Amino acid sequence: MTYMTNIMHILGFQQGGWGAALLAASSVTLALSVLGFILGAALGATAAAGRLSSRRVPAWLAHVYGTVFRGVPDLLTIYLLYYGGSIALTQIGTLFGSDGFVGLPTFATGVLAIGIISGAYQGEVYRGAYQAVDRGQFEACKALGLSRYQSLRLVIVPQLMRHALPGLGNVWQLVLKDSALISVIGLVELMRQAQIGAGSTREPFIFYIAAAALYFVIAVVTASVFRFSEARAWRGMVHA
Amino acid sequence: MIDFAFFLEIIPVLLAGLPLTLLLTTASMVIGFFLALLLALAQQGNRRIVIWPIRAFVAVFRGTPLLVQIFLIYYGLGQFRPSLQAIGIWWLFREPHWCAIVALSLNEAAYGSEILRGAIKAVPRGLTEAATASGMSKLLTLRLIVLPLALRQAIPNYTNEIILMVKGTSLASIITLMEITGIAQGLISQTYRAVEVFVAAGAIYLALNFAIISALNALETRLTPYRVRA
Repeated sequence: MTYMTNIMHILGFQQGGWGAALLAASSVTLALSVLGFILGAALGATAAAGRLSSRRVPAWLAHVYGTVFRGVPDLLTIYLLYYGGSIALTQIGTLFGSDGFVGLPTFATGVLAIGIISGAYQGEVYRGAYQAVDRGQFEACKALGLSRYQSLRLVIVPQLMRHALPGLGNVWQLVLKDSALISVIGLVELMRQAQIGAGSTREPFIFYIAAAALYFVIAVVTASVFRFSEARAWRGMVHA
Repeated sequence: MIDFAFFLEIIPVLLAGLPLTLLLTTASMVIGFFLALLLALAQQGNRRIVIWPIRAFVAVFRGTPLLVQIFLIYYGLGQFRPSLQAIGIWWLFREPHWCAIVALSLNEAAYGSEILRGAIKAVPRGLTEAATASGMSKLLTLRLIVLPLALRQAIPNYTNEIILMVKGTSLASIITLMEITGIAQGLISQTYRAVEVFVAAGAIYLALNFAIISALNALETRLTPYRVRA
C-alpha cells in the first residue's frame, strides 16, 4: 500500500507533485497537435489540388510530396527541419557576428513538422473524398452558372467533407501520437515532461504509465469530436 | 550546390544501418503477426471474458504513442529489475534490441489483430457451412478454408503495416540502437548537412518501401490469378 500512496504523492497536485506539470504538458501536446493538424489541412488541400490538377508539374510535385513524407520515418523529417533550420539560422547568425549554435524555436518547428507530415496524409484523404463526390453535382454547378470558386465553396467542399471525415479522424490520431516525437528536439510536451519527471524521481514506470493514460484520454475524447462531426455532416442523408 | 562526393561518402555509412532496420522490422512483423493471429482467433468465440481484455489491449496499444510504449518497456520495466531477475526474464528487458522488438511486436499485434479480424469476417459464411456439411472439423475448416482466404484478403492492409513498421523501427534509435535513422542523426550532428543526410537516408527508406510494396503486390497477383487487373 505504501507504493500506491507513493504514486499518489508523485502524481498529485500538492507541493512537489507532478500532476500540474503533466496536465500543463498535455495542453502543450494538444495545442501542438491541433495547430499541426490545421497546417496539415492547408498543405493537404494544396497537395490534393495539385494531384487533381491536369497540369503535369503541380501533379508531379504533389505526388513527390506525398510519397516522400509518407514513406520516410517521421523522426527523420523532424531532424531535417530542426537541424536543417537551426544550421541555416546559425549561418545567418554568423553573418551578423553571433557565434555559436542558434536553435530554432521548438514549438514552431514541431507545428511545422507535424503540419508537413500530416499534410502528406491529409492530401490523400482529400483527393479520395473529392473523387467520391457525385459527378452530377459538378454538372449541376455548371448548369446553375456558378463560378469554379463558388461551386467548390458552396457545393463540392461541404459534400467532400462527409467522405473525408473518417480519414481525417485517422490522420488526427496519427498526429496526436506523432506529437510525442517532438520531444526529441527538446519541446516540453507530455512525453518530454514524463521523461523529466522520470529522471528526477527515478520512477520511470509511473511517469510513462501516466503519460500513456493521458495520451489515451486525449485520443478517446477527441475521437468523439470526429464522430459527432461525422454524424452532423451526414444528417438528413441516407447512406449504407 | 549538391555535393555528389558527399553523397557517395555517406550512403555506405547509412547502409550499415540497413541490416538492423531489416532485423527489427522482420522480427517484430513475424512475432506481431502470430500474436495478432492468436488475438483475432480468440475473438471469434463469444466469450466476453476473453474478448474484453483483448479489446482493451488493442485500444491501449493503438491509442498511445509508440515512443511511450518503448520507453515504458525499456526504462519503466527496468525499474523492476529484481522481480524480473527472479522470474528469469531480465535478459529480455536489459537489451535495447529486445525492448524495441517487444514494443514493436506488441504494437503490431494490436494493429494486425484488427486487420485479421476483419479478414476472417470477410470469408463467406457459405464456405464454412459447406465445410461443416462435408464433415470437416473446426480446426480443419480453419486451416484449409478460413485462414488461406483471410490471409490473402489481408495482404493489401498488411503491406501498409509493413511500411509503418519500417518507419516505426526508426524510434529504436532513441533507445541507442544505430539503425538508419540513428546513424543519420549522428551524421547530421557531425557534418551539419541536414538536407543531404535526409535525402540519402530518405532515399534508402523509399527504396526499401518500394521493394516491399512491389513484392507484396506480386504475391497478391500470384494468389489471385482469376482477378482481372485494370
